Amino acid sequence: MSDASINASTLREDEAGFGDYFALLKPRVMSLVVFTALVGLVAAPVPVNPMVGFCAILFIAIGGGASGALNMWWDADIDRVMRRTRGRPIPAGKIEPGEAMVLGLALSGLAVVMLGLATNPFAGLFLAFTIFFYVVIYTMWLKRATPQNIVIGGAAGAFPPVIGWIAATGDMAIEPWLMFALTFMWTPPHFWALALFMRSDYDDAGVPMLTVTHGRRVTRTHILVYTGLLAVLAVGAGFSDIGGPIYLVVSVVLNALFLRGAWRISRRDEDASESDNFAVERSFFRLSLLYLFLHFGAILIEAVLKPFGLGGW
Amino acid sequence: MSFKTTHELHKRRFGRNLGVGLVLAGFVAIVFGLTIAKVTSGDFQMKKSTVSGAKN
Repeated sequence: MSDASINASTLREDEAGFGDYFALLKPRVMSLVVFTALVGLVAAPVPVNPMVGFCAILFIAIGGGASGALNMWWDADIDRVMRRTRGRPIPAGKIEPGEAMVLGLALSGLAVVMLGLATNPFAGLFLAFTIFFYVVIYTMWLKRATPQNIVIGGAAGAFPPVIGWIAATGDMAIEPWLMFALTFMWTPPHFWALALFMRSDYDDAGVPMLTVTHGRRVTRTHILVYTGLLAVLAVGAGFSDIGGPIYLVVSVVLNALFLRGAWRISRRDEDASESDNFAVERSFFRLSLLYLFLHFGAILIEAVLKPFGLGGW
Repeated sequence: MSFKTTHELHKRRFGRNLGVGLVLAGFVAIVFGLTIAKVTSGDFQMKKSTVSGAKN
């Protein structure tokens, strides 16, 4: 019998394909990691060899993907319960949890070592810390322990521009931390809006989402407070070295729209939301995606124009 | 010897093997490209003091 033959004992109709393993890396989250890390790298005041820059972004993305695989390994039990995550490769029965763990650990090691070699050891270490923070501090510890889980998870997702900056400069500065703060403050309103209209998911999974522990009214107020703080920070960053006139215009417009959305969410009651199937919450969530993309896009444009004497202040 | 029709599973496994092969080939190309970039930008150049020290 050749190893390629099919018999009843080895046949699994739901055997994973290459795409299923790729899905373990959470490609959509990875795209955000790639984009924000790229902005951090380009905004840094040090020219980077394009090949080195490409490798830096690639290995940061692989590190982010590895965190995703480890997250899916650990959270397989709650992913089975939630409608939104039920189709993921582990709950769908295509990939064993152990396989995801091995893939996540192997890719983490590869990404950290290769980023360190391609750029500088500090960047590699910072990527290792980010993976540790997301997998151990957030996924294993605080996600199921505190209703502030989203705030902490937001920190993990906010590190990529800092890593990109360190990869370019080998040093720390205030500017990448402004980019960090932007994603950090953006994450809670973004996810709480999602939690408002994906209501049963987090309840069923027993994840202590703010909507579950403190109620939906408190969540609505929290969205407004965080959006207000975010607006101050985002517009304020426009006057720093990563900002400029283009960024400032983009930021003022987006924050006005975002604040309006948060205000409307805070004024609504459950009956109003139910009656239009959470239209305001859904549109706020969609706007939040655009919000982050355009803010980082504006920082990127300012950085790209700077050598021509056009970007920045 | 009988000729069996290709099972759907064979196709899926081929896709997986092809994917892994391409990823590995890509990784080799990236390491090669990175090495060229590092060498040509002088990252691996020895310091003058080290070179003269070795001569003594």
